[in-house]
Amino acid sequence: MIKATIYVTIKRGVLDPQGNAVQGALHSMGFDEVGSVRIGKYMELELNTDNRAEADNRVKAMCEKLLANTVIEDYRFELQ
Amino acid sequence: MNFAVLVFPGSNCDLDCHKAVEQTLRQPVDYVWHTETDLSKYDCIIVPGGFSYGDYLRSGAIARFAPVMDALVKAAEEGKYILGICNGFQILLETGLLPGAMLRNKTLKFRCHKVMLRVENNRTPFTKDYGPGELIDIPIAHGEGNYYCDEETLKKLKANDQIVFRYADENPNGSIDDIAGICNEQGNVVGMMPHPERAVDMILGSEDGKRMFTSVLRTWREKHDPAVIG
Repeated sequence: MIKATIYVTIKRGVLDPQGNAVQGALHSMGFDEVGSVRIGKYMELELNTDNRAEADNRVKAMCEKLLANTVIEDYRFELQ
Repeated sequence: MNFAVLVFPGSNCDLDCHKAVEQTLRQPVDYVWHTETDLSKYDCIIVPGGFSYGDYLRSGAIARFAPVMDALVKAAEEGKYILGICNGFQILLETGLLPGAMLRNKTLKFRCHKVMLRVENNRTPFTKDYGPGELIDIPIAHGEGNYYCDEETLKKLKANDQIVFRYADENPNGSIDDIAGICNEQGNVVGMMPHPERAVDMILGSEDGKRMFTSVLRTWREKHDPAVIG
């Protein structure tokens, strides 16, 4: 069993309205040290395989095809 | 002329689209369930608004892999007329039939009200009955209508005249270059955030959406059926 943890974030330079709203909220609460806020998605996948090389390829394909929209999002993942 | 309205779990503007075709054009129109794999009998396919598959992950991301989508891509390649409205537009973007992607509205609000659109390209099959630069009143209802594409794609859209509609007054979602609707290079696939099917009778507040439907019927007849008088 391999566990994949996947992080999907909105690309730098692309507007992140949720991040901006949270930044505003943090500022209004007095957390003035907060610079930019970016909000993304965190996913955990359990893979029924022990083949790490294959898992790496398969998770990459999942990210490219479905889990991230590469027009606006970046992704990275870790296998454990 | 045969129309199809695709139905995904979570589509909620399918009925409005069906009625718009039925009552505006009096042409045959079928609901087509997302598990179907054959769209060969249809001349125009409408991908309606709503929240396909609950919009989990991203708007339109899961619908893009529905069985009916291979048939839709094939129909697009064959030059059939395809109109994606709101969530339908998001699905066409995810499928890659149209370029770009959708972000959440800049205001973070779900916006549901009338907007004025400028018809930027009245040479598509869906906009022929409008005048160039005409202002039309078509409502919006979306939380993720902030159209985005990179600079290179935007240049291409402009160079190929693929921007079909722009917001004429306030931009309600922050979309790049005030874009409200685009088409593919061939012009047979159109996607838009506003809802023309909700503007086909004065009882709805506007009938400016009607001509999207009459346009496509006229286009089709000019090609296939010149002897029939509507």
